[in-house]
Amino acid sequence: MVLGRADDSLLAHWWWTVDRWLMLAILLLLALGFLLMLAASMPVAERLGLDNFHFVKRQLAFLVISFGTMITISIMSEQNARRLSLLLLPAAFVLLVLTLTIGPEIKGANRWLQIGNFTLQPSEFLKPAFVVASAWLLAGSFEDQKFPGRQIAVALFVVVITALLLQPDVGQSVLISGVFLGQLLLAGLPIGWLALLGLGSVAGLAVAYTAIPHVQRRIDIFFDPASGDTYQIDTALNAFRTGGLFGTGPGEGLVKRVLPDAHTDYIFAVAGEEFGALACLVILGLFAVIVIRGLARLLDEEDVFTLLAVSGLLSLFGLQALINMGVNLGVLPSKGMTLPFISYGGSSLLALAITMGLVLALTRRKPRSQRLPTTQDRPSR
Amino acid sequence: MEQARNRLMVVLFLFIGGFALLGLRTVDLGLIQRVAERERTDWSTAPVLPRRADIVDRNGVVLATNLDTPSLFAVPAEVRDPEQAAARLVSVLPDLSLADVLARLQSRKGFVWIKRQLTPAQVWKVNALGLPGLKFQQEERRIYPHGSLAAHILGFVDVDGNGIAGIEHFFDDRLLDPGRVGKPLRLSLDLRVQHALHDELEKAMVMHRAIGAAGVVLDVNTGEMLAGVSLPDFDPNHAARALPMARFNKLTNGVFELGSTFKIFTIAAGLEFGIVDLEDSYEAIHPIRISRFQIRDDHPKRRVLTVPEIFVYSSNIGAAKLARDIGADRQREFLGSLGLLRPASVELPEVGLPLFPDRWREINTMTIGYGHGIAVTPLQQAVAIAAIINGGVLNPATLILQSDNLQPLGRRVISRTTSDQMRALMRVAVTKGTGSFADVPGYRIGGKTGTAEKSGIGGYRRDKLISSFVGVFPIEAPKYLVFAVLDEPKGTAETHNFAGGGWVVAPAVGRVIARIAPLLGIAPESQSDENRFRRTALLVRRE
Repeated sequence: MVLGRADDSLLAHWWWTVDRWLMLAILLLLALGFLLMLAASMPVAERLGLDNFHFVKRQLAFLVISFGTMITISIMSEQNARRLSLLLLPAAFVLLVLTLTIGPEIKGANRWLQIGNFTLQPSEFLKPAFVVASAWLLAGSFEDQKFPGRQIAVALFVVVITALLLQPDVGQSVLISGVFLGQLLLAGLPIGWLALLGLGSVAGLAVAYTAIPHVQRRIDIFFDPASGDTYQIDTALNAFRTGGLFGTGPGEGLVKRVLPDAHTDYIFAVAGEEFGALACLVILGLFAVIVIRGLARLLDEEDVFTLLAVSGLLSLFGLQALINMGVNLGVLPSKGMTLPFISYGGSSLLALAITMGLVLALTRRKPRSQRLPTTQDRPSR
Repeated sequence: MEQARNRLMVVLFLFIGGFALLGLRTVDLGLIQRVAERERTDWSTAPVLPRRADIVDRNGVVLATNLDTPSLFAVPAEVRDPEQAAARLVSVLPDLSLADVLARLQSRKGFVWIKRQLTPAQVWKVNALGLPGLKFQQEERRIYPHGSLAAHILGFVDVDGNGIAGIEHFFDDRLLDPGRVGKPLRLSLDLRVQHALHDELEKAMVMHRAIGAAGVVLDVNTGEMLAGVSLPDFDPNHAARALPMARFNKLTNGVFELGSTFKIFTIAAGLEFGIVDLEDSYEAIHPIRISRFQIRDDHPKRRVLTVPEIFVYSSNIGAAKLARDIGADRQREFLGSLGLLRPASVELPEVGLPLFPDRWREINTMTIGYGHGIAVTPLQQAVAIAAIINGGVLNPATLILQSDNLQPLGRRVISRTTSDQMRALMRVAVTKGTGSFADVPGYRIGGKTGTAEKSGIGGYRRDKLISSFVGVFPIEAPKYLVFAVLDEPKGTAETHNFAGGGWVVAPAVGRVIARIAPLLGIAPESQSDENRFRRTALLVRRE
């Protein structure tokens, strides 16, 4: 397919305005993720008594669906992308509330909904939807001082966080809180508030520490490894050590045989063992390129909503990657969080496709953007 | 907008910092903390047994080493038909129980042992069955290439490689220490000497139909054991099959009333304390009656005996009278200084506790004077005698090779003069006395016989003897001591039905010395040494 510059079709227009480097980086991540999935998931499937290719087949299906979703969303106009988020938010929220009542309890938490063969994790979809919605609200109040966008955004945040903590899902709560705080600051929150919110989050963590046993245990273990079982993290660290620079070679790794979450939370350790530190640096580099390059490009952005939404979505993506890899490398307390685009998981993959699809859609080049100060006035293409 | 941009810069740098930090950590783990290939832990298989260090003799001959042997285990989930698999396994490994194997194959575990340490033939048979789910794990098996030769010294290990007895148990930590596993544990044993002693004791035991035997070869100047034997023995490669009686170490764990070799200590104490000198004599015409005991001589001369005659003809009456003159306190102190009243100090867990009277009365003093009423281990006896003849310094027994430049930490127990006199007495005991069958031309052996009646119900039994002999060579400057004991030997036509130490053990010790002296670099001397001990010899009148 050749798309000429003069071609005025939707697809051609998309091709010449979309951030193709970002797409390339995402594609590379997806490819690497699939490769690692081949390596890491088979022993897990074997251990669970499933077909060896169980996870691989499902992941392949999710990959195709997710990639299609991402491209579709990236073609959307900014308005449509925003509308999608605003529709997704209540839908995901309703599903999230449903998990509390009808969802099965897995490993002590109600985070999933069983739909046929699939378990859906609504909180994954809630994240990008919330980020875009809050960006919209904050941008609204930025441009029109009378619009109580900030107040509504904070109220929305409180509702969402409450629902997440009830599951309980501290990891996602921390993630969303961090991103929302960033958005507030970018939207002009006085710096004094930062200290206040900082205190608030410390208090929140303290409550989580005292109220939720497994959070307490994990944090205790992080600061004093002797206080509990550090088997998973020790095994992960040893995986990096045995991998060295070039790894033991595909299929030669051993962590994937012993770690229960080798194909999800600890896939970075599997990569470190089988493909070595250099391969890990490549993965790390891809994440860094996506996040840092994306944020750097925002420095020229004139549109407040785009700035808030894209920086929020990229932070969401970047923080999740940093936390997952940080846990694998033993620099953060253990927290069940997937590595974006690399870990196994349909909900996670699809939600990330939506996230990056929104980023792609919102960062498409807008020729006349410099002369259009507000989003409301922008004509549709 | 300007403020937003500035703040966005901050977020941007935070992310750059975060990714840089994780990048550094990745390099830290993957490059700086990297572990070498061979140190990698293999999590996928059962724990591999730790390697034990080898044990070698003083010349480096391997006494205990490891052999990789496969052990059979099963992964029950992979076994298709447990009943059929169990039946077929038992058909090729008949010592397994069908019910037991079936229970293991049907368990829900991920790993079950079927049989440890198979022979290559058994491995071949199991492989030929072609059963899925059965796998082999390489394990190390402890191998004692010389079988029973030094069984009681070496001890043995259990199936998991933990030392259970002997050196293997005593030095378990040392042998398992990963830092020293490549360095063999070097014993003081000399396998050639061990073989000579083992061989002669075994022959003597068969010839005299004894129920057991024990023997030791000591370096008298260092306390090093060159050989240590206890019979009957066992094959440490199959220690589990050995009878408890065979596993018992008579040399270091068995305590016996050893009889007349104790006269060495009585005479030495008499000379050391200045109670007698070699010219003094005791009347030995009549047996001594004291309370309900009677002290008699086995080789009665029915006359006044000089101190050398008491020793050389092994007079119980003379020794008892001398012991009475020494007195209970000094006798106990003297025997204590020779290490006879506490367990022997040697690097083995199997060490026997000596038995002696709580209340050391006169009758005890007198019987202990000729070696009755006190029970010690043959090893202790040998170590104490070595101290008497080596110039007077007690060196505790050791099984570990002592380096040449290290002076042994001996403790003086008698004067050099007394030691010289004792050596003269022991030489004359061989040339003119009860130990004459031990004499080997050219090797100047000094010695002393011992014949003790075993105590049984209602007193001592004349037909059940503990016969022993201690031989020392070369007597003018002793280097080695051989002490051997036979448990309940019987006389033969050759020995005129006598079963005493001079008849049954002395010849065996003589043969051991004839075999080991050339190995140990002791040259025979063609010249007679008669003149050297002439003065002492003249005090012994031949009938």
